[in-house]
Amino acid sequence: MSARADAVLDRLLALAAERFGKAREALAPEDDLFDALEIDSMQALSLLTALEETFEVEIPDYEVQDVRTFAELAEVVASRL
Amino acid sequence: MHLTHAIEGGILTVTLDGGRLNEIGLPMLCALEGVVPLLSRPDVRALVIASAKPGGFSAGADLRELHAGLTSVDGAPEALGAHARALFDTPRTAARAGASTLRAALRRRDPHPLRAAKAWGVRAFLDRVHAAFDAIDAAPVPTIAAVHGVCFGGGFELALACDVIVADKTARFAFPELRLGLIPGFGGIPRLERDLGNSVARDLLFSGRSLSAKRAHELGLVAQLVAEGRAPDVARRLAEQTTRLDPHTLAVAKAFAKPIPRARLREEKDRFVELLGRPAVVEALTRFVEAEDAMPYLPPKDARPAPRGVS
Repeated sequence: MSARADAVLDRLLALAAERFGKAREALAPEDDLFDALEIDSMQALSLLTALEETFEVEIPDYEVQDVRTFAELAEVVASRL
Repeated sequence: MHLTHAIEGGILTVTLDGGRLNEIGLPMLCALEGVVPLLSRPDVRALVIASAKPGGFSAGADLRELHAGLTSVDGAPEALGAHARALFDTPRTAARAGASTLRAALRRRDPHPLRAAKAWGVRAFLDRVHAAFDAIDAAPVPTIAAVHGVCFGGGFELALACDVIVADKTARFAFPELRLGLIPGFGGIPRLERDLGNSVARDLLFSGRSLSAKRAHELGLVAQLVAEGRAPDVARRLAEQTTRLDPHTLAVAKAFAKPIPRARLREEKDRFVELLGRPAVVEALTRFVEAEDAMPYLPPKDARPAPRGVS
């Protein structure tokens, strides 16, 4: 994982934990984000909106279509920075 | 109940509140048709459309109803007329369109003649949706969509029929129809082209991706971007402002600034109905209906498109 993606991952985990009421330390980079956050696709869409706002990027849905883990999601966000 | 409405201070406020996320099927259409005539009342000076659903403005057309309409009649062709009457409540036109399409499909040895005919029966439903959306589009008073959360497909098309979109930061706009083998059928393409131009319309259509409210604001789709939960209030204040202006001048300005692309709207309906009879659409709708996820628009990972020319 790139240094940029590492930095994104840290903020992403904190943001996801806060948004969906989870403890930050309970989330690990390789966790399945849908399972760890207990969210469906509609809630995932709201996470996408929050990420776009926080990192000031635009992330097309199709780029996260196959993403399952926080680490994979961080890579996608980092590729847009 | 699929919506509530109230008139206060000259402002007609329509609050969508039906189904899981304001899906637009026959019950929602009937409810909208019930409020459209109010736009001609002299005491109505502006319209605000909002949603009571926490998840958003509207998830779009009721695909479960559409799927049922395409698959529920098995057996004799004569069942088509009864089916059309039950679903679309427009006995003569729907049955006639269905019956003549069925005859044509049988003549050309279509492998799914009844399905093709039923697709054309859907045309009667589309005609009613277009009549309601056109009436909102051409209303003699300013119309404002107050949008939050999901605003997809038919819901997006309803928002586009309004003069102004006020959106909060949670709003996301998308046309996922192509993922189901369809195109938007409620007037979305011509109205998006009217507001944003064809290149943005193509990007959204061909990718099915959703736009955040912020991006939609930058593109000019959203006129006013507001804090989470504030869209209805801001929309009402904008509506109040318009009621201070001369109504005749407003109507003239609106008719001049916002022509209705009628020829393109008709063409879109034709294309939608042509696509609807294809087996690939029924299969995609079946996958949608059977999915447990709230928004199962994305194709499965291992899905590969059929070769060109294969439906």
